[in-house]
Amino acid sequence: MLEVQALESAYGRIRALKGVSLHVRSGEIVALVGGNGAGKTTLLRCLSGVRPAGAGRVLFEGADITRWTPHRRVAAGIAQSPEGRQVFSPLSVEDNLRLGAWRRGRAETACGIEKVFAMFPVLAEKRALPAGGLSGGQQQMLAIGRALMSRPRLLLLDEPSTGLAPLLVDRIMETVAALRRDAGVTVLLVEQNAVAALSIADRGYVIETGRIGQFGTGAELLHDPAVRKAYLGL
Amino acid sequence: MVAELLQFLVSGLTVGAVYALVALGFTLIYNASDVVNFAQGEFVMLGGMVTVFATAAGVPLPLAAFLAVLATVAVGLLLHRLAIEPARGASAVTLIIITIGASIFLRGVAQVAFDKRFHQLPGFSGSDPIPLLGAAILPQSFWVLGGAVLIFLGLWLFLERTLAGKAVRATAANRLAARLVGVDTAKVLALSFGVSAGIGAAAGVLVTPITLTSYDVGTLLALKGFAAAMLGGMGSPLGAVVGGLMVGLLEALGAGYVSSAYKDAVAFLVIVAVLFALPQGLFGRSGVERV
Ligand SMILES: Nc1ncnc2c1ncn2[C@@H]1O[C@H](COP(=O)(O)OP(=O)(O)OP(=O)(O)O)[C@@H](O)[C@H]1O
Ligand SMILES: [Mg+2]
Repeated sequence: MLEVQALESAYGRIRALKGVSLHVRSGEIVALVGGNGAGKTTLLRCLSGVRPAGAGRVLFEGADITRWTPHRRVAAGIAQSPEGRQVFSPLSVEDNLRLGAWRRGRAETACGIEKVFAMFPVLAEKRALPAGGLSGGQQQMLAIGRALMSRPRLLLLDEPSTGLAPLLVDRIMETVAALRRDAGVTVLLVEQNAVAALSIADRGYVIETGRIGQFGTGAELLHDPAVRKAYLGL
Repeated sequence: MVAELLQFLVSGLTVGAVYALVALGFTLIYNASDVVNFAQGEFVMLGGMVTVFATAAGVPLPLAAFLAVLATVAVGLLLHRLAIEPARGASAVTLIIITIGASIFLRGVAQVAFDKRFHQLPGFSGSDPIPLLGAAILPQSFWVLGGAVLIFLGLWLFLERTLAGKAVRATAANRLAARLVGVDTAKVLALSFGVSAGIGAAAGVLVTPITLTSYDVGTLLALKGFAAAMLGGMGSPLGAVVGGLMVGLLEALGAGYVSSAYKDAVAFLVIVAVLFALPQGLFGRSGVERV
């Protein structure tokens, strides 16, 4: 479904991605784990088109989308819940969701909002309140819900567990697993919390300073001694 | 006493409404791009000048005013398309310098296309002052205030009640997230330029019967609108309105009770005072929230 070929991206002279290649098959949950500054966020931003790719290609369902605008990629079925949640603070919870379905019909939007509220009932209670007033966990749910509003086939999640209590992390991971199971959404999950991510992932990649290191199934990586030492602190 | 105060208050609110409209133009573009568009004053000038020259050519006033707003919107969109869009990705400072260049360019073109003299429009409802509690109010003041209220209301409805307006607010709140949900932020910026130009032009049409216009009225109006936007808090539409009215009132009361010689200094004083005492302005986003 998604194929990234030798992708490069730089901030001025800092080369954040030095030729990253990976792929995600339809219906998979793929985890991308790695330490601080490894280039995870940069990769997801390139995939959504909000950062230009310096070299390499991105293919989505066979089409070369490397130079596509962000809104064209959303329309094609790629949505992202960004690092740090990035909700529209002054806008209400409901308006945040509505904007996620920007460009979709009214009926479809209303139906999407109800689905998100069914998934995260706490958001329904706060539907009219400004998103900036929500707790961290609620903002995370809102960011994921907002991304789902465009009915993506590929969902990019950037560190959904950051700053959340362990119980909430489990809750978010269950939600991700359920999304794939019930709605057939393909997921590329970026995490520093490697245990949580690899536990629900079919496959995983480890990224180190802009390059892919190990890769394998979630279970393989979880039991790989080198990965355990470097990323799981075991 | 009361009559005098009332006179000052009405004239303050009238010019204040114009400053508020200019400040609103600054706000819209700033919110979509972090750019302070210093050609905002030229939009006001164009609104007035095009109306003056169109009516002089025999076009009836309402049609002339409509054409002036339309022409200015076109200029605003062209400014975005030809000067701002090609420099996409440049720093805000670079873009601000581009708008200063555009403002000088527009003034130069206006000087050649029109002339260097002052011009006036007749009051829309005549120019016989209306007596009110001893004060004499120009009927055009009501046109300015009424027009400004309509524009504020229209803009408020657009921003608060329509999905497109919410996309504009989302772009202002978080540009990255707006792009990630598929908002075409380049289009939002183009829209902001068009709407700001239209608002500026409408202000120019409304106020020309009171203040006269010439090719270079934009400079001072931009300065005063900028002071108003700073006072209200750059980026806040409500702040732009309140800031504009306050600068207008300060100016009118200062001119009335102190000396009209320093009228134009009020805007400078406001800018300096805000920079020292209130960097976020009255309704500005707090530093914490911006992080
Ligand atoms: N806006 C920026 N300007 C300059 N350099 C940047 C910028 N954003 C990221 N970088 C650099 O690019 C590299 C990759 O950063 P990136 O944010 O993609 O890492 P990450 O894997 O997401 O890290 P984290 O786990 O901390 O979120 C780092 O060296 C970082 O310092
Ligand atoms: Mg990151």
